[in-house]
Amino acid sequence: MSDHHPTGITRWLYTTNHKDIGSMYLWFSFIMFLIGGAMAMVIRAELYQPGLQFVEPNFFNQMTTMHGLIMVFGAVMPSMVGLANWLIPMMIGAPDMALPRMNNWSFWILPFAFTLLLSSLFMEGGAPNFGWTFYAPLSTTYGPPSTDFFILGVHMMGISSIMGAINVIVTVFNMRAPGMTLMKMPLFVWTWLITAFLLIMVMPVLAGTVTMMLTDRHFGTSFFDAAGGGDPVMFQHIFWFFGHPEVYIMILPAFGVVSEIIPAFSRKKLFGYSSMVYATASIALLSFIVWAHHMFAVGMPVAGELFFMIATMLIAVPTGVKVFNWVATMWQGSLTFETPMLFSIAFVILFTIGGFSGVMLAMAPVDFQYHDTYFVVAHFHYVLFPGAIFGTTAAVYYWLPKWTGKMYNETSGKIHFWLSMIFVNLTFFPMHFSGLAGMPRRIPDYNMMFADFNMWASIGAFGLGLTQVYFLISIIIAIRGGKKADEKQWEGATGLEWDALPSPAPYHTFATPPKVD
Amino acid sequence: MAIRRKLIAGITSLLGFMLSGVVQAAAEMNMRPGVTETSIEAYDLHMLVVWVMVIISVFVFGAMIYSFIFHRKSKNPTPATFSHSTKVEFIWTIIPILILIYLTIPAVKLLIKMEDASEPEMSIQVTGSQWKWHYKYLEYDVDFFSNLDRSLKVDDPNYLLAVDNRLVIPAGTKVRFLVTAQDVIHSWWVPDLAVKKDAIPGFINETWTLVPESAAGKIFRGQCTELCGKDHGFMPVVVEVLSKEDFVKWTDQKAQERKIAAKVAAEAAAQSWDMDKLMTLGKTTYESKCAACHQVNGEGMPPAFPALKDSAIAIGPIDGHMSIVVNGKQGTGMAAYGPQLTDAELAAVITYERNAWGNNTGDKVQPADIQAFKAGN
Repeated sequence: MSDHHPTGITRWLYTTNHKDIGSMYLWFSFIMFLIGGAMAMVIRAELYQPGLQFVEPNFFNQMTTMHGLIMVFGAVMPSMVGLANWLIPMMIGAPDMALPRMNNWSFWILPFAFTLLLSSLFMEGGAPNFGWTFYAPLSTTYGPPSTDFFILGVHMMGISSIMGAINVIVTVFNMRAPGMTLMKMPLFVWTWLITAFLLIMVMPVLAGTVTMMLTDRHFGTSFFDAAGGGDPVMFQHIFWFFGHPEVYIMILPAFGVVSEIIPAFSRKKLFGYSSMVYATASIALLSFIVWAHHMFAVGMPVAGELFFMIATMLIAVPTGVKVFNWVATMWQGSLTFETPMLFSIAFVILFTIGGFSGVMLAMAPVDFQYHDTYFVVAHFHYVLFPGAIFGTTAAVYYWLPKWTGKMYNETSGKIHFWLSMIFVNLTFFPMHFSGLAGMPRRIPDYNMMFADFNMWASIGAFGLGLTQVYFLISIIIAIRGGKKADEKQWEGATGLEWDALPSPAPYHTFATPPKVD
Repeated sequence: MAIRRKLIAGITSLLGFMLSGVVQAAAEMNMRPGVTETSIEAYDLHMLVVWVMVIISVFVFGAMIYSFIFHRKSKNPTPATFSHSTKVEFIWTIIPILILIYLTIPAVKLLIKMEDASEPEMSIQVTGSQWKWHYKYLEYDVDFFSNLDRSLKVDDPNYLLAVDNRLVIPAGTKVRFLVTAQDVIHSWWVPDLAVKKDAIPGFINETWTLVPESAAGKIFRGQCTELCGKDHGFMPVVVEVLSKEDFVKWTDQKAQERKIAAKVAAEAAAQSWDMDKLMTLGKTTYESKCAACHQVNGEGMPPAFPALKDSAIAIGPIDGHMSIVVNGKQGTGMAAYGPQLTDAELAAVITYERNAWGNNTGDKVQPADIQAFKAGN
């Protein structure tokens, strides 16, 4: 099979190749990561000290809103789709994704969607300023004119995600190599398959939410307006019916990544493969019946609060199984600590800490004290940064040799890891304390008693931001001039991509399906 | 093996050292226990979960660290080959379930207790609006707005946590709060009472507190905890607790103040005010009530908060101007100031807006005009 491929700009515009599309997704998500990160820097600069120093409260709200939207929809989700594109066909022995043209379209929607969203920053009245959760009526009756651009942008992102998810499901069900039964699939493929089902279930709900907003704003409906017989709390129910599965959409593929990497560097099979599959499926199913734990303060009936509290606490069981299985995989293994392994270990530890605060938040009577404070901010950044983002970072280091045929510099990778590890904790750990001390979320100025925690968090955030620029530079250096990678770069690596393909993986792979025993 | 023992001893002593440090620092880093029965129980439950989580993490992270040290390639070149154990997997599914049941029981009890707002001794309606709270005592003839005290500087211990009019409640009394909102969703939170309830436009939520007699004379501070627009960070909640006797005195005094204020307002309204006097009062009123949105220079922050300088309303017909200030504008951040300001203040602020920043209409609005407008409203 020749390695011929088109060149120039049309290679990228017209491509239906899963590897090219995967690379575009990954680069796009990194650009969004830097833009969203720059907004986080504005937020942390303003919060470095009490008092208003740099920005107006309204602009501050635009920054928190856009930071959340861009990180969730622009950085984390596309990075996971990028990994899926690159890895799923290679892992199951397929020549490409099942629906290659749709694949091209689902990527190329994204730059337009985010151009729309980002352009709102330059409009009269500014960008959306109602938080990434866009609660009505702040986002409907009281939203800035740019809200309509936000709505259209969200619709486009949703279309892209749904198409990406359909592609994954069709590929996994139809394109596995002979002998690759479902229960032989690498765990990354499993977690993505389950994620894809979550996406198909909830992205239409998000689309419905923003459509109802649009009609409330312009066509005289009152879905979320009590004055017209609607209910603002219904907005929150619908939003979180999307929103809670959404957080698992962001984390499940990362579970899959560390389930590949930890066994490789432990030189030992993944412990409890089938229980990992069932645990992932259970987490996904439970994610549909816990949404209102985000809303314990809205005045639900006690019975509702009890149901959502207990259902939420139950999620700790399958999540615990996953963590224990990772620990058991390392147990009596033969461990080495290359950069992907370091990021995966940090993932397990810090995600577990995020899980602990998750159990605390699930308990309604104490959640009244944590709700909408910095404690929540600490919690979800612990599951998103050292969770989803460390997971993706580990994947980039682990598969870079396979993707590019080049090895990164191990020292530089370790520097990136240790700086990230120190700064991520310096940024987000103090937020637990400022939250417990009583600091609400999304405020641009605060009382002196929260000053120390905020100063530490800001210093950490600046360090964390710079460290990711360092990551970008060291990856570019590796791609341009890194040492040549081996076909099987990692001693303990398993799977078709390592056993049956050279490094870099040729442009077209598995035109003839491999035989899996 | 000697190394292993030393290491374990080392780790234990390090952990002990860290824990003692944590306990010392905990006072200022931790949740405040607060003063009510429910807030103290919520704190106890919080501490229970924290310790359960600490114990779990000692085991889980301990096992990981043990692996890092003793199962690294240099120590353990041949990895074990096991990859499954039904017994172990069963055990670590059951243990978390038991722990969760252990945590759920007190949580269920406390939740049911916290949500029981029945048989209150008095009720206060709490209404959030952009960006102030309004308190109405249902059993008394008392109601007032509570605005951020903007005079405090950053180094003041109560910066952003002080208001012009505090909510005053009696100790030893079950007080029910009926929480709602005018415009967008707000959330009313007093950490020391463990009371947090969303204020939702068009709906009334109830919650309650019972502050013990021992806390009489204390002041508790909290903030709005639901993003409600530009000045979300600037609408604190301040509750002052008085003994039952002092509370009765306070309500009498409030009723008295109300009478005096009505008399003063009537006298002021009966006078004809000259331009200087209107402009002076207008400027102070404008800067405390209007400038947060329309800005001190009258240029606003369009389109959400329109400019008043050269605006069609501020230089157009006086009736239209009075209408929007007195009645507000539906579906925007513009609240109705008719009930919030005296007639003299309303007249002054409208006069100020019609003559400041080069609007120079020369119009004077008298308190009597406002009275007439309200009468025909």
